[in-house]
Amino acid sequence: MSVVMDADRIGRTLTRIAHEIVERNRGIEELALVGIRTRGVPLARRIASTIRDIHGYEVPTGALDITLYRDDLMRQPVASQPVIHRTEIPFSIDDKRILLVDDVLYTGRTIRAALDALIEFGRPKSIQLVVLVDRGHRELPIKADYVGKNLPTSSSESVQVHLAEIDGRDEVEIRE
Amino acid sequence: MKKDLLGIDDLTSDEIYLVLETAEAMREIGQRPIKKVPTLRGKTVVNLFYEPSTRTRTSFEIAEKRLSADTLNIAVASSSVLKGETLADTALNIEAMAPDMIVIRHASSGACHLLARICRSRIINAGDGMHEHPTQALLDAFTIRQHKTRIEGLKVAIVGDLLHSRVLRSNALLLTKLGAEVWASGPPTLVPRGLDLLGVRVTTSIDEAVAGADVVMMLRIQQERMQGGFVPSLREYFNVFGLTVERARLARPDVIIMHPGPMNRGVEIASEVADGPYSVILEQVANGVAVRMAVLYLLAGGVQHEEAA
Repeated sequence: MSVVMDADRIGRTLTRIAHEIVERNRGIEELALVGIRTRGVPLARRIASTIRDIHGYEVPTGALDITLYRDDLMRQPVASQPVIHRTEIPFSIDDKRILLVDDVLYTGRTIRAALDALIEFGRPKSIQLVVLVDRGHRELPIKADYVGKNLPTSSSESVQVHLAEIDGRDEVEIRE
Repeated sequence: MKKDLLGIDDLTSDEIYLVLETAEAMREIGQRPIKKVPTLRGKTVVNLFYEPSTRTRTSFEIAEKRLSADTLNIAVASSSVLKGETLADTALNIEAMAPDMIVIRHASSGACHLLARICRSRIINAGDGMHEHPTQALLDAFTIRQHKTRIEGLKVAIVGDLLHSRVLRSNALLLTKLGAEVWASGPPTLVPRGLDLLGVRVTTSIDEAVAGADVVMMLRIQQERMQGGFVPSLREYFNVFGLTVERARLARPDVIIMHPGPMNRGVEIASEVADGPYSVILEQVANGVAVRMAVLYLLAGGVQHEEAA
């Protein structure tokens, strides 16, 4: 087990991403952040708060649960169903530039499910992808627009993101 | 979860809370512009209704469609049952077409248990005779939790035709399991023997049941099951057991008034109460869809324990 990002590093990385978002998107009032449950949600809120510090503008922020869109539901004969949580997108996504936020980008299947889920809420002008860690091993043609850290891994390893809002501390670690 | 949902006894209190919390997430889907998720794509659900039903059948069908299941309704009035086919044969024939779930309502208690024994499909009880109606009790619990945030410690009065009511039985089992104080009240002719064994306090005084109640749940006088002269007249019933505005005032000031429907206005409940500010009767109907979506979703998963062992 080794720590690859500490609290300070995570904080600075999110600040950098917030600046990149502002730099690349003219017309900040068209932006909206949607975090993928569970850990994408606090990340989206932190990015929104940093953008507010830079620009004084509050980017609307929502939470998306993708469980009902997963492609591996009901494929195991003995497992119980994964617990689902509320999706909360308290604004219209029509004609918005959506920034989809997740903690780790791996196979891309979660993002595929999130895109399906999101499209049902309306027709955004564009969707961009923000991830704290990209660990490779994609199984679908999906690429992130903003990456906190590229982390080469083997598929036997697991990447754990801990965030203060949920886990009591900020840390990214790799486990065998 | 077990393979089937036949009664509240099939659920532990943890599983009841899981259903209620899953329903919370399902409710949001009903508020979207596109009220549909792909979760049960390719699953077939048969709604087999041997008794008339508007609310429950519609509610199950909407829930199934919102989860993208393929649904088909078999109403007995237009089926081979009229040609003399037995329930077991009907079930085996439907089973031969490999549905994933069967939602059944039947006038005989235990009809769903018979199906559960002979079918591989998951069986959901949508009301069996005078026995149980588990999804109604779950949606009632969901509605109570929305208003009271908890169930434990609440006083719940259930008033009306206790004898014929599957809603009473399922609610009594669920609410006592979660720690509510359940009172049941009705005319002596309509109180089944042994009701106190469910942990319910029984009284023939509606005033005693309603006094200080957090929740008052009125049950329908089931005129179709009344071949025995249980009450002298509907008007007398209303005078002695009907929920009037005056009686409702005996309850707590933040009481919620519930009814599983269909209502007999002026028999078990006064219109002023049914349409009044404390009534959550239409919320119950709205919540029914979310709760049934939760049940369908959770049952569609793998079976733990039994099959795994």
